[in-house]
Amino acid sequence: MSGTMNITLKVWRQAGPTALGKFEEYTARDVSPEMSFLEMLDVVNEKLVMAGKEPIAFDHDCREGICGMCGMMINGAAHGPSKLTTTCQLHMRSFKDGDQLTIEPWRAKAFPVIRDLVVDRSPLDRIIQAGGFISVATGSPQDANAIPIGKPDADESMDAAACIGCGACVAACPNASVSLFTAAKIGHLGLLPQGQPERYRRALKMVAQMDLEGFGGCTLFGECMEACPKGISIDFIKRMHGDFIWGAISERPEKAVLGSG
Amino acid sequence: MRRRRGFVFAPNLGNMRKFWDSSVGKKVVMGLTGLVLVGFVIGHMAGNLQIFMGMERYNAYAKLLQEDIIEVTWAVRIALLVSVVLHALSAWQLTRRAWAARPVDYALREAQVSTYASRTMRWGGVFLALFIVVHLGQFTLGWKWLLPEFSRGAAYGNVVLAFERPFWVVFYLVAMFFLLLHLLHGTWAVLRTLGVAKNAAEPLARRIPVIIALLVTVGFSLVPLGVALGVVR
Repeated sequence: MSGTMNITLKVWRQAGPTALGKFEEYTARDVSPEMSFLEMLDVVNEKLVMAGKEPIAFDHDCREGICGMCGMMINGAAHGPSKLTTTCQLHMRSFKDGDQLTIEPWRAKAFPVIRDLVVDRSPLDRIIQAGGFISVATGSPQDANAIPIGKPDADESMDAAACIGCGACVAACPNASVSLFTAAKIGHLGLLPQGQPERYRRALKMVAQMDLEGFGGCTLFGECMEACPKGISIDFIKRMHGDFIWGAISERPEKAVLGSG
Repeated sequence: MRRRRGFVFAPNLGNMRKFWDSSVGKKVVMGLTGLVLVGFVIGHMAGNLQIFMGMERYNAYAKLLQEDIIEVTWAVRIALLVSVVLHALSAWQLTRRAWAARPVDYALREAQVSTYASRTMRWGGVFLALFIVVHLGQFTLGWKWLLPEFSRGAAYGNVVLAFERPFWVVFYLVAMFFLLLHLLHGTWAVLRTLGVAKNAAEPLARRIPVIIALLVTVGFSLVPLGVALGVVR
């Protein structure tokens, strides 16, 4: 295999949510092209620790591209230059010797920086809590095909359900809009029979929550779709808009507030 | 799941308020008013092209709009004014929200797939709003500082006099360039905003919007160009 390379990193360092952040430069030496991006950061951090300095804080968990933790902006692209990958699945072979990389946390008012590259993505949880569920007791699992679902619907629902909630759509959006995430969650339930009773109310509630969290609105730039490691289509945003409009026309105002289960 | 359950028409003030407060609701208002405006520019462009059929025909068309069916004209004007105001208001409010949503900007963020047209919607829209004021002042309201020779009822002559000045030819062509950009994104995005577009393998591909945008802007541009090139005089 080809030899190792040296990469210059310009990394956002911020000691805490209220601390003033700034970029600091590091050199990652003898980086193997087989390393993942996070392994490269691990090596940089080892050196920092040995030198008695604070390691660069970044989120990570599964390191196999399915947990959605490892979001960061690499050279102006969410999750770096490779398409359909999370940062952990980005490998150093995507770069070449002498490259200079700017690494930043997701930037959005709704995603405050906790430390360095780690941001608080709990607004995504609250959007799901607002309506991204089905409120009936489903009991124990029934036979897989007990409820017939057409393959196109099942496939499309699965496409939306691929969302791992990494927040790259927000990060890449010039408006810091969370529409693609919200739309994916609305879409994957709304395409299935179990999701029908609450379909339009769900759209109203989740859209209201995403506004409440301080995200921007969608202007259909399309950047989210390109940044999404799961390739979720902006067609789901269109679907969310349709559900929202229908909900606004047809949903009765909620009467029961307390004790309504 | 294409079956929708029984229709319950339940709009009320509270719901309408929530709709307008919502970012999606504002965007829907922007889209619907945008559709009205797209319909208008297509008709306006087609009407303008009558200038190539001679002075008589063009002035008769102007008389039709400004005298014979003035009631209809006023209804259209009011609808357009309401549309422009709502279009701009929702755009302004959504822009404010978008700017507030990222208080600390990136040191580096590269546009990946967004078009130049989509990125110029806001400032291009501001320019188009200014253009509308100038355009109305020039040919409808007869502001002398914009067109000293303006004469009411002589629509053909007014157009020719204005576009004999290279400045106005350039100004209108620049405005049409911004209209082209605005339509390129707007006519594509509106179907997604209203949730009526079909699913597509490449949802970012634009075909019909390109045709509409080119048709409208080339059609409009023919008038100043026609005068500048001496075809219309």
